[in-house]
Amino acid sequence: MARGLTPSQTVGPFYWGTLVASYRADLAPPGVAGERLELAVSLHDAEGAAVPDGVIEIWQANAHGRYNHPDDRRNLPLDAGFEGFGRASTDPTGVARFATVRPGRVPWPKGGLQAAHVNVSVFARGLLNRLATRLYFDGDPALADDPVLTLVVPERRATLIAKRDDAGAWRLPIHLGGPRETVFFDV
Amino acid sequence: MTEETYRRPAIGQHPPNLSPDYKSTATRAPSQPAIVLPQSLSEITGPLLRGERLGANENDLTKQRLGEPLGERIVVHGRVLDEDGKPVPEALVEIWQCNAAGRYHHPGDQHDAPLDPNFYGGGRARADREGRYSFITIKPGAYPWKNHHNAWRPAHIHFSLFGPAFATRLITQMYFPGDPLLAFDPIYNSVPSAARARLQASFDMAETRPEWALAYRFDILLRGRNATPME
Repeated sequence: MARGLTPSQTVGPFYWGTLVASYRADLAPPGVAGERLELAVSLHDAEGAAVPDGVIEIWQANAHGRYNHPDDRRNLPLDAGFEGFGRASTDPTGVARFATVRPGRVPWPKGGLQAAHVNVSVFARGLLNRLATRLYFDGDPALADDPVLTLVVPERRATLIAKRDDAGAWRLPIHLGGPRETVFFDV
Repeated sequence: MTEETYRRPAIGQHPPNLSPDYKSTATRAPSQPAIVLPQSLSEITGPLLRGERLGANENDLTKQRLGEPLGERIVVHGRVLDEDGKPVPEALVEIWQCNAAGRYHHPGDQHDAPLDPNFYGGGRARADREGRYSFITIKPGAYPWKNHHNAWRPAHIHFSLFGPAFATRLITQMYFPGDPLLAFDPIYNSVPSAARARLQASFDMAETRPEWALAYRFDILLRGRNATPME
């Protein structure tokens, strides 16, 4: 039976009925602890054009820095109403929006803590594989010694850092290619 | 070096991001290699969606509307396993597909083929403890796309799986065995040749239901864990 891993294929443009019908862009109903955030993740192709048919998924720890998952065995509070997963399609301008809370910091395997971050998956027509990246928060003093950011050459780190816009939303442009190509990770 | 929780796929398991015969990869495939990220809690956890309540007919795409859809009714079933053959228990399996005429219930699909008011083409199933899942649906049609002259997608069903971790997330497509269009499809053929056939379901006579529906089996293998997970 050992046939090997099932290969990846593109999500294509017509995922709407399943992936959007069951999507959740609001991760944090009333009662969930933490600082409320709006994330506005935009998707752009290598020529800078908006990608209006993408799917963005996010996965994050709760405000206490605990993942809602059996492999996170630390003695930190779980939030009953917070799973930490979100999914949204990009709109005609290429933007996917989420309402969530600022995640707490989580440990690094070799010791210390990572800066607060949201794990991001990108799917779209023309992408044969899921792309994984991260969203960090501009102005966070922990960015300076985050163990993942230090894996990235300094001139590309800004591609992972969301900035607050005038309306208070955290904006992260994800560029699939071009001069501002986002850093993607092999997880 | 500390052993990681999830084994990384060897070269040749997945398609390359840039696959020139599939035209839209040209402006969407990243040009820089992905940076290898040591697996932390962020990567070895992930959404299990165990609290997600599935409606009674979510895994029967022929019973989601008022009447029965047109087309050839089929059973699509299989197991969600890891590379070592261990089941991924209670995995959420999401699927979507076009109707028997080759048209998606989607405003972006302008193919000149009829919509079927009785077929929306989306489904979800929860695997059991042994990783077994099952859908009843309609065999999807082939349809043209504009990738190149006379381009046709072979019949396929899209599958979405989370597995146990952020690291194991997979979206793929299931094809039908022996479809003559497979040889011409840039998306199917983006997968390195040794791994390609894993995307074909097998015809399953044993599960075929007499006087009712043919059956196809599609097992999905997600990344496996190392023997001694890193703590």
